[in-house]
Amino acid sequence: MSHGTALCRMLSTSGILGYGFPEASLDLGMTRGVHMLGVDGGSTDPGPHYLGSGKTLNSHRAMRRDLRLMLRAARRHGVPMVIGTCGGAGGTPHLAATADIVRALAAEDGFHFRMATIEAEQDPASLKRAHADGRMARLPGGPAPDPAALDRSARVVAMMGPEPIAAALDGGAEVVLAGRSSDPAPWAAMAMRAGLPPAPAWYAGKMLECGATPAVPKGHDCLVVEVGPDGVTLEPAAPERRCTPSSVANHSLHENPSPCIHIEPGGILDTTDCRFDAISDRAVRVSGMTWNPQPYTVKLEGAELAGYRAISVCGTRDPLLIATLDDFLARVRDAVATKAAALGVEPDGYRLIIRRYGVDGVMGASEPRRDARPHEVGFVIEVVAPDQDSADAVLALARVTMLHTDFPGRLCREGNMAFPYSPSDVACGPVYRFSVFQTMTVDDPLAPFPIHFEDV
Amino acid sequence: MAAIRDIAKVCKSKNAGPFELTIDVVFETRAQYDAVAATGVLGPELIARLYKVAPSDVLFTPYPAGLAFKATIPRAIPAGDLGDTDVYGCQQHAPLLDVDIPVNQWPTGEP
Repeated sequence: MSHGTALCRMLSTSGILGYGFPEASLDLGMTRGVHMLGVDGGSTDPGPHYLGSGKTLNSHRAMRRDLRLMLRAARRHGVPMVIGTCGGAGGTPHLAATADIVRALAAEDGFHFRMATIEAEQDPASLKRAHADGRMARLPGGPAPDPAALDRSARVVAMMGPEPIAAALDGGAEVVLAGRSSDPAPWAAMAMRAGLPPAPAWYAGKMLECGATPAVPKGHDCLVVEVGPDGVTLEPAAPERRCTPSSVANHSLHENPSPCIHIEPGGILDTTDCRFDAISDRAVRVSGMTWNPQPYTVKLEGAELAGYRAISVCGTRDPLLIATLDDFLARVRDAVATKAAALGVEPDGYRLIIRRYGVDGVMGASEPRRDARPHEVGFVIEVVAPDQDSADAVLALARVTMLHTDFPGRLCREGNMAFPYSPSDVACGPVYRFSVFQTMTVDDPLAPFPIHFEDV
Repeated sequence: MAAIRDIAKVCKSKNAGPFELTIDVVFETRAQYDAVAATGVLGPELIARLYKVAPSDVLFTPYPAGLAFKATIPRAIPAGDLGDTDVYGCQQHAPLLDVDIPVNQWPTGEP
């Protein structure tokens, strides 16, 4: 499309690449004169494991299915395809896995195009220089910026804004695969390149990042947003879904600390004065959003190894045990400590967590109901240790101790727990935790995000 | 008196990033939203008490455009860290369901 167009129509296939979407919705949505299609590829929401391990959130098989349909639609209509936060966490291995799938699909379908991949993984040495320059700032709830955490991290990514994606499109890319990016960035980039102001461009991205989530009924499906100079119009692709003023307004609540103040790279999208007008029974126009430029910052996310995990699942149906559960579990912990020490694993060499489903498994210490005594309780026994062998060994002790520890009034002398599986113990491998979550001021929004072009 | 479980259209929780949890209560009509707002019950003090955090740690936003009240609090354990019970943070809303809102005449669901 040409620059300076007063309208930009964009399609998002779903909330995350690999969640799936109805093929018919994509076909129908593309008939509406769409200038670009894309999908967000990830988030921190599924936890630190993917960033730390380098594994993709969704299966390669599921990403491949979505990418094949998207690539065919993009080529058939001659419009760019942009994927944000490739592979779930947007690090180098996640980006590489996504690029490999796209290259293979292109070869199978005989497509040729210019592709850009945009790296978001950061070198700890350059981050430490930025730290020394006073460029790091804490985020609400997150840890204080700490150079040691940068060193400890298995991987650190920076979250790009729309500028690197726009630069890739400017460079002639017809397919853009971005590493970690702000969820709205693919669409904000496209709309701003079309000459539209940042406020509606960012707002459109905020809506498109989750596919048809701003519509009712909710579901993994396609959304089309048209961006104009003064606002955006949303309409889901599938005829059975509708956008309503309340469904769209309420999408501003999703995964945000505030429904009105959205902090993004380079500014704040303020939706306090938004108006939501139904223009049909399925389409909503939103206007009144503003964009307040701020010093340019990018978010940094890092994950570090926290140990190795092993788990076992079991349950009790014994009311006598359930009546004395806290005492029983304290006894189990003491016995496990003694037995583990005999294997050379001291009490500070492992962490034993016993989750009690039916009591406080979902809310833990913040569970307000402390007196629940259900007829059965499910347990996940978990051990985290510095190596898998220690975790497996202590878990095996914890499992047998749960099974056979005596308690006052015990009648079930053959065993306390029903185990649904043999083997009962599962080695889960490395465990990661978020180690870096902060912002970094940058002078050039492109600098942390090298763009590689290739002819596929 | 009316429990939130009986009068709200939506009552949900979710991560707002790995270190914060956000909780939303949404109503069907403006009249219902106004009636709840007028009681002053849904506020940072209630959230602080229910979730055992300091009132100053609660970011509370009435959102009339969405007929919603939003509260964001720090997570006791970051998402996915050792001991976390809810990686997505989407099952932490239940304590709100039984909160009583002292409204005498509950507006109907008709806008």
